Amino acid sequence: MGCIENLKYEMLLPLGASFKECREYVEKNFSEVWYVDPGYKLFDEYIIGLPPIALGLDGGKIVFPYTKPCHGTYLLRIEDCDEADRVRKTARKKK
Amino acid sequence: MTEPLSIPGNVPGKALLLLGCPEAPAQQAIALYLAHQLRSHGADLLITGNPSVLNLLRVSDPEKHYIGQMMVLEKCIEEIVEKRRTTDLCVVCAHNDAAIAYAATMHHLLPDSRMVVIIFGKDPEPLAASIDFPCEKIVEKAVHNPMQLKAKVNEVFGWAASRT
Repeated sequence: MGCIENLKYEMLLPLGASFKECREYVEKNFSEVWYVDPGYKLFDEYIIGLPPIALGLDGGKIVFPYTKPCHGTYLLRIEDCDEADRVRKTARKKK
Repeated sequence: MTEPLSIPGNVPGKALLLLGCPEAPAQQAIALYLAHQLRSHGADLLITGNPSVLNLLRVSDPEKHYIGQMMVLEKCIEEIVEKRRTTDLCVVCAHNDAAIAYAATMHHLLPDSRMVVIIFGKDPEPLAASIDFPCEKIVEKAVHNPMQLKAKVNEVFGWAASRT
């Protein structure tokens, strides 16, 4: 992984989960869900995926899919209050 | 019926070839073939992928007879998101779920480009069925032998069949 690899993250779904499984996990397990499109910048990287991309927020923690060509999609959780606030201001909230 | 790759007035169109994980050897062959064909037909081609897949091509074609310009995937996506790069044709090679996510991203970022997704590997049908965005699909069970894949590529792009 790139810059995100250098951050302190938790992996919520095991490697091998599909992108759609990551979206379903976020929608099912988080009360605060926001949507972004591919190319949305998060932690200084452009997010890849099938739109809409679901992000889960839990206070200052952000849950998001992170895709790499050979590794598949990881569902990661990173705590960053400023980035979480930026998501709340720039993403679309689940109705 | 798929329209052949059109390059009006011999003005080279821009083409982008996005490669997935190099785990399936057929990708390497079809990438070199596509690069050769697209460039021979006048396309201004950029190949993008992770460093491993680009290095495989560099080593295979040291004098760059076929491959031309290459760029790592993250940089390419950055340039497209920031609207510093566009393309008339985007071809994505996909044999896993991650590559489909990249294809969906390209479709979203390049809505006016012709999008062709080549789905191959051991079990390409479920992967092809998972694509829910408009694109042309080339689907073939191919891991090591690229010949049937090449035939379907020729058909989609309107290239004359070759016996070699």
